[in-house]
This record gives sequence, structure tokens and C-alpha cells, in this order.
Amino acid sequence: MPMVQKRSQKLRVACAHVFLIVLCAIVIFPFLVVISVSLRPGNFATGSLIPDTISFEHWRYAFGLPYQSANGQLVTPELPVLRWMWNSLKIALLSGAITVMFSTTGAYALARMRFKGRNHVLTGLMLMQMFPAVLALVAIYAIFDRIGGVFPAFGIDSHWAVLLAYSGGIAMHIWTIKGYYETIPYEIEEAAKVDGASPLQAFLMVLLPMALPILAVVFLLSFIGALIEYPVASVLLTKQDQLTLAVGTKLFVSEFKFQWGDFAAVAILSGLPITVMFVLAQKWMVAGLTAGGSKG
Amino acid sequence: MSSPSFLARFGGKILLAVITLAALYLVTVIYAVGETLLAMTFLVVAMLAIWVYTSRKTTASRYLLPAVVAAIIFVVFPMIYTVSIGFTNYSSKNLLSFERARQFFLDETFRAPGPAYRFSMHPDGPEFRIRLVDQEDEAKAFISDTLALRKPAPLVIPARPEAELKIALADALPLKDIVAQQNDIKALTLKLPDGAQVRMTSLREFAPVQPLYKSNPDGSLTSVSDGSKLIPNRSTGFFQTEAGEARQPGFTVGVGFAHFVRIFTDTKFQEPFFRIFVWTVAFAALTVVFGAGLGLLLAVLLNWESLQGRGVYRLLLFLPYAVPSFISILIFKGLFNQNLGEINLILGGLFGVKPQWFADPVLAKVMILLVNTWLGFPYMMVVCMGLIKAISADLYEASAVAGAGPLTNFFQITAPLIIKPLTPLLISAFAFNFNNFVLIALLTGGRPDFLDITVPAGTTDILVSYTMRIAFGDSGQQFGLASAISTVIFFLVAAVTLVQMRFTRMAEENR
Repeated sequence: MPMVQKRSQKLRVACAHVFLIVLCAIVIFPFLVVISVSLRPGNFATGSLIPDTISFEHWRYAFGLPYQSANGQLVTPELPVLRWMWNSLKIALLSGAITVMFSTTGAYALARMRFKGRNHVLTGLMLMQMFPAVLALVAIYAIFDRIGGVFPAFGIDSHWAVLLAYSGGIAMHIWTIKGYYETIPYEIEEAAKVDGASPLQAFLMVLLPMALPILAVVFLLSFIGALIEYPVASVLLTKQDQLTLAVGTKLFVSEFKFQWGDFAAVAILSGLPITVMFVLAQKWMVAGLTAGGSKG
Repeated sequence: MSSPSFLARFGGKILLAVITLAALYLVTVIYAVGETLLAMTFLVVAMLAIWVYTSRKTTASRYLLPAVVAAIIFVVFPMIYTVSIGFTNYSSKNLLSFERARQFFLDETFRAPGPAYRFSMHPDGPEFRIRLVDQEDEAKAFISDTLALRKPAPLVIPARPEAELKIALADALPLKDIVAQQNDIKALTLKLPDGAQVRMTSLREFAPVQPLYKSNPDGSLTSVSDGSKLIPNRSTGFFQTEAGEARQPGFTVGVGFAHFVRIFTDTKFQEPFFRIFVWTVAFAALTVVFGAGLGLLLAVLLNWESLQGRGVYRLLLFLPYAVPSFISILIFKGLFNQNLGEINLILGGLFGVKPQWFADPVLAKVMILLVNTWLGFPYMMVVCMGLIKAISADLYEASAVAGAGPLTNFFQITAPLIIKPLTPLLISAFAFNFNNFVLIALLTGGRPDFLDITVPAGTTDILVSYTMRIAFGDSGQQFGLASAISTVIFFLVAAVTLVQMRFTRMAEENR
């Protein structure tokens, strides 16, 4: 009897392995193809997964460098990939900074102070997350179109407009930070206040240094969130030079043009750092939340 | 009184005064441009900020204000604004406010009687002069004062007879320069010595013009040239002739529930709306079912201690969640490409088929579900693994003693224990996919379109992508209609949210 069970167990383990391996293959297949395609010469080349001849033309394209095509012509890249990267990076860095600056202060008031309407603010912030910005895109477009009529620097096709639109996302992070603050014992700030610190000093010099891990996580999450945001940016940005990566990259595989190889290089170049950052943020998130103490 | 103590005493107040004045100045500027709402918003925010940061009673608000203001202006207000646009005819045809549309007609001019002049532009240092020559009498020529052709320049510029001025002009600018600057030149009025005012009427000609319309006290406009009237129609949002013919540009007016009536009763419109709604629900539900099913299965497998290498599997299977979705969706768009994509190459090599993933409605939907399952299962897997870990091991030991198999374990222990905490997550996943604009926009763009319906609508469009197509697509930017549909979606999302909150509360009570 034990023998039989062991055999069926072995069979089940083997089946599970086969299933998992097939699934892993399906998951990895797109990435392997993209790596392979990015190294194949030409945009229409087909071939084995391991390219026979390696060409770096698509990588040169991604970096905006001219390259020699198969028929000997010197090709200059049309789509300003590095420009898009810079746009994305600029918007994401500022968005992350703004989010951290204002969500830390907001969360401080909600975690440490008792005031009228506190619960309403908390519920309101929670409810806001339920309605994605994509539902209000027409209004967002109209608002910035009209602002642009007065202040062109904040109108359509301006990065400030995108940044302002993203600042509404602060609400989402306040809850996260508030939860973390609440794991830090209030007594420490209390002691600082007894020693004569103002609420602002207690916040800046006592609470904030202890909350650094969660600030890093929130910064990374809003940074990544802004990097990969598509709907708002696609509506507010129209000029090719102003696009972010998330909006611009689709031009590589449109209905009219199929720059598969160039796209592959761009996808790796932009996707890899974001992926690494995201995995790190996830790890820190878990570490940061458990380091706080009782609440998980 | 020494200066430091003066600063300490009044510095704050001076700063406050400066900030207040600056804010008021900006409000005035915005108001003067005609953006009343924007000016009011700015005024309220500025006053609120000044009060909060000066009053002694507002400690909590000082910390809260920036976040709350940002959330209200850029999250709550756009939603309210969307709903209100849904009750107007705001579209590319009715884009302007009434005042702007009226101004447009008042700015129109027509050729008045009087001689026309051929003109040429001559650079004069950094500026320009315009030379006018009477088309009938070559001897009558005038030269304008210098003009900068930059915005702050005066718009009415005197011109004097050439014979008096005796200036040697530089060579005339070629026509292409005039074409390039025609908008600036059109803004100019040249004043001749006899008092006649001439403006650019064509690329080579200046001629006397006068405003085409005179405004009447009742808001209508009377044409000076033929006496006909333009009457504003406040229900259609157009100025129309007495015969009822509408003239562009229109202005934005409220239309009440017209869009909603159209969505739910107009058969031409109801049909695509209904089909898209059904597909949206099916898409969101199937995505959740597939994603959660696969995720749960994997979570169970990866919690199975007899299995070697679970860490590696988990790492690889987590990958689709970590890669930015705009990149993986576009990768799939390439992989599924009809003729050049790797998936069809493989299918062609193995079975000799080349499915038309982007042209066939059913296959397009299958592709969307495949891609979205691929994107969505890792999240479900991670969540389920966490929930399964929380189940006490004693239960499984007891069931092992009782001789239960893995299936019994799953259906008797695992499933009943995780379904409650999992339900709210499934509902929020449903809500997320209900509005998964990015996937549809980047993968199919809603195509292929319905062939049997006159309104542009796609077989793979979900409600949000359909809305975006109405608002920003090629069918005339119907913002009002799009906002009305968005409003309907708001209510659907709100309903789903209510259900979800119920389940969340139930899950929490059970703990």
C-alpha cells in the first residue's frame, strides 16, 4: 500500500513539473523572441530563436544612432526614442517627488491628528481610487485645453500638464503611508514634543527618518506608475517630440508600420530597468511593511 | 528699531501681502482672458491656502491641504466635469463658448469698396516695411512705418506716400516668407494718409475691408453687406440664418438628457452600445475566471512541499506581472501579427494555418483573453499563495490522517477557506478589467469594426475604449456623448464598488 501511494505521488510530481515547465515556457517565450528579434538584421527577418547572424542595427536605432541597412543605405532613426526616455524619466522623477512630498504630510495629519472630518477624508481618498482616471479623460483633456489657453506652459502637449494630472494619484499613497506611520509608536514623537519640539519638528526630525523605507517604496511605486501610465499621457501629449515612452513605443508596431526589430530593442532597453525596479519595490514593500512591526 | 527685529516682526506679513497680491493678480489675468471657472478655482485655492497657512487653528489642514487640493482638482473635479459635459453638446463642431463663437463672426470682414493695393514686404534692419502700390495707378505708392511682426507690435500702422519718404527699400521678401508669416500680416491694418484702412485680403493684395457683421441688442448679428441676419439658436448651439441653416463654428449649449436618451433608445446607437456592453462584461468576467483559476492552481502547486524547484518556478511565473504592461501588450501585438508574427510562423509550421488574429472578431477576442490571462494570472497566483499560507497546517495533517487525496483537500479545506477573502479581490479585478483601456487600446484598438453598424464601433471595443473612440477618434470628437457614456460607466463602477465593499466587510468580519 505505501509503495502504491509513493508511485502515484511520483507520477503526480512529474505531471506537475511538466505542467509548470510548459507554463514557464509560455511565459518566457515572448521575452526570448524579443531578445532574439532585437539582434536579427532587418525588421522582417524570420529565423531560429538563436539568430544566425547578429546585428546591432536595432540597438543603434534605439539609441538614435544611424546604421547601415542591408542594401547598404545609411538609415537615420526617425522615432526619437532617447527623447521619449528623457521625457518619461523627467515626468516620473518629478511625479515621484511630488507624490512623496505631499502624501507624507497628508498621511501625517491623518495618522497623528484628530480633527473634524478626518474619517470623511479617509473614506473619500479610498473611494477616489475606485474610479480610474480613464473615465474622466474627456474632462482632463478639456481642462488642460482651457488652461493652455491662458498658460500655454500648462496646456496640451506640456509635461507640466501630465504632471499635474498625475498629482491626483497622491490620494492612493496616503493610505499606504498612513498605515506605516501607525506602526511607529507615538511615544517617540511625544517625547520629542515634551523636549520642546513643534509638531512640524516632530514630524520632520523624528517621524520621517523612521518612515524612510515606506517613503522609498512609495517613491518607487509612483515613479514606476508614471513611467508606465498610458491613458492620460496619450490624451495630453500629441507632438512626437513630447511623447513619453508608454505612448511613443506603440508607433513601432502600428497598423501601417511594423518595425519589429527596432521595437524589440526599445522594449528591452526601456522594459528591463522598469522591471528590475518593480521587483525591488515589491521586495522592499514586503520588507518595509514587516519591519514596521505588528501590522502586516 | 533695528532691522532684524523689524524683519522678524513684519517679514511674514510682507511676504503674505506679496503672495496675496500675486495670487490676486493671476486671478485677474485668468479672468480677463475669459476663463471664469478657472479663475474662481484659482481664487478659492489661493485664499484657502493663505487662510490655512496663517490661521492658528488649522494645524491638521496645513499637512493635508496639498494632497486634498490635488485630489479634488485632478480626480474629483474631472469626474464632476465629465458628468456635466455629458449634458452638453460639447464636440469639435460646438467647441467654443457662446461669446467666442459670436466674436468669431464679429471678426469676419468683407471687401469694402475702394482701390486695392499690390503689396510687397521689405526687411528694414530687424523689422519690416510694407510697400503698397495702387493696382490701377502705379504712381500711387505708399510705404508703411517699420513693423516688428511680433505680437506686442501695434496693429494699426500708418503708411505714407513713397514720394514723400524717399527711402531706399531692401529687396522684397519672396512669396514663401509671406506665406510663412501670413497670420501675423493678416492681423495688421495699414492706415493710408486719406484715412482709408486696408488689410491683407490675399497673398498679394491689401484692400479696404470692414466687419461683416453688426451686433444687435437681442444677440443676433446683421450682415453689413447684404442685410441678412444670423440668429443664435440656444438649443442646437449654432448661429443660423433666417432660413434655419446652421453656420460654423457652433457653441456649447446644454442638451439635457439627450445623449442618455440616445444611448438607451436610439436603435442605431443602442445596438452597438448593447453589444459592446455584453462583451465588456464577458471580457472582464472571463479574464478574472481564467486568471484566478490558473493563479489558484499554481498557488496550490507551488505550496506543495514535495515539488522541487518551486522558487525558480515562482520567479519565472511572476515575470508577466513585473514587466510593464505597455511593453508586454505591444510584444504580443507583434507576436500575433498576421504575416510576420512568431505565433503564426509556429502555427503555420506545425499545422499549416495562419489565423487572422486582428481581422476575425472571434479570434481577436480569443487573443485578447489569452493575452490578458497571461498578464493577469501572476497577481492572482501571488495573492492565493498568501491566502493558502495563512491556512493552518493542522487541517491538512488531519485530512492526511483521514486518508484524503489532494482533490478532497482542495475542495474541502483550501477552497472554502480562501473564497471569502478572495472574493473582494476578484471583484476589484473585475472592475479593473471592466475599464482596462490600455490593453484594448494597445492591442487591437477595438478593431475589427462592426460591419453591419453605421456608427464607428469595434467588435473588441470595451465601453471605455469605445468612449475614447467617440471622444478622440475620427468621428468628430463628440465629447458630450462620450462623457454621457462615461457617466453611465461611473454608475456601473459605483455599483460594483458597493458590492465589493460588502464582500470586504464580510471577509473582515469572518476573521
